[in-house]
Amino acid sequence: MFLRTAWLVLRKDFAIEARSWEVLTTTLFFAASCVLVFAFAFVKEGRAVEDAASGILWIAVAFSGTLALGRTFERERYSETLRALLLAPAPRPALYIGKLLGMLAILGVAEALLVPMVAFMFQATLFARPLLLLGLLAGGTIGFAAVGTLFAAMLVRARSRDVLLPILLYPITIPVIIAGVRGTAALLESPPDEPIALMWIGILAAFDVVFVTLALWTFEPLMTE
Amino acid sequence: MTVDFDSVRLIDVSRHFGRRRALSRVTLSANRGDILGLLGPNGAGKSTLIGILATLAAPSAGEVRFDDHPARALGAGLRSRIGLLAHELHLYPELSARQNLVFFAELYGLDKCAVVDAALERAGLHERADDPITGFSRGMRQRLALERALLHEPRLVLLDEPFTGLDDRAVDLVSERLRQLAASGSIVVLATHDLDLADGLVTHVALVRDGRLIADEPAGTGLRARYRALIGAA
Repeated sequence: MFLRTAWLVLRKDFAIEARSWEVLTTTLFFAASCVLVFAFAFVKEGRAVEDAASGILWIAVAFSGTLALGRTFERERYSETLRALLLAPAPRPALYIGKLLGMLAILGVAEALLVPMVAFMFQATLFARPLLLLGLLAGGTIGFAAVGTLFAAMLVRARSRDVLLPILLYPITIPVIIAGVRGTAALLESPPDEPIALMWIGILAAFDVVFVTLALWTFEPLMTE
Repeated sequence: MTVDFDSVRLIDVSRHFGRRRALSRVTLSANRGDILGLLGPNGAGKSTLIGILATLAAPSAGEVRFDDHPARALGAGLRSRIGLLAHELHLYPELSARQNLVFFAELYGLDKCAVVDAALERAGLHERADDPITGFSRGMRQRLALERALLHEPRLVLLDEPFTGLDDRAVDLVSERLRQLAASGSIVVLATHDLDLADGLVTHVALVRDGRLIADEPAGTGLRARYRALIGAA
């Protein structure tokens, strides 16, 4: 029942996105614009500022992720469908997992655009250790989306939700972003510092376990008005 | 596990939003076969009452009991027996009528083949079943939302202004549907401003004003005159 509910919510979000392409296109456009602007600021005469690539990659992920979170939950607010989901006899944490998986899919697509873009514009060797990069991106994205999905759901009915979401989200996810930036910077060294990157992946995995567990535990009470 | 019940009771229920009091010590009950009309002016607390009965909002004080069981102890099994049509329609505008119904049927663990076509037929939307509902009129969406809320044959049917946007024929159909639901053993709670529609439909009346229950009595004729007398006098 739990996995089936999560799958139904995910499939429903995909069906809506397939009709409108609204969240994906705005997220990708925003992410690409972010990298483009930073490239003009931090690349001089074909040389990027040291470690800028890793920071900009993660800033683009965080900013575009916040935009995607807002838009995704705006859909649930528009016709108060989140209340209809909460009234269903399904396990409420499964609703959270379904929305989280949808966010991860959107951010995954955004990162598939961002990584080659950052690698090209900042002449960064992001593909030197692809599996380690994948581990860092997966760990960081899960941590960010886990907290973001919980807060975005919680704020659906708040009048100033667009302001409150980043105010609540960024302070809590700063450790995740820092871990992602430092781990990616370690991969960009020459030669790549694999032990340091692995250490940051481990730290990200620990954050993910804590954040997902806390979100599953608190989703139901937080969603009861 | 599905929970079944014959009555719902609010016992001294209060609800505050910060310093604002939305409901104050409301005691009310409804039994199988009742159509309870929740009447009152704007901001009286009717929607808050519906939210509490739906278990979507928790009372700040007091208790909701389904038979002798407190609502908070029943969880998902209770939710499977509650149907809610709120002022917002709980439909995804980007999806078609059929996709909306199939999604909610699956979420409730129903056999979608059996229930979705029948619901589309009752809503009179069989020919528009695969159109996105953004192109539907308010009345069509309202009829679809009502069928979505009733897909799982709930014991407790909560309706907040169910006649909004409906033409005369649709109003008659919905009224008849509500009578059938009550006759089949459902508890129907209906919040409405439309006293003319409520008159002759509801079997019990609860008048609410400023979060307080000012009358709870069997319905009779002349509802508008009684409403004016009670609400005006309170």
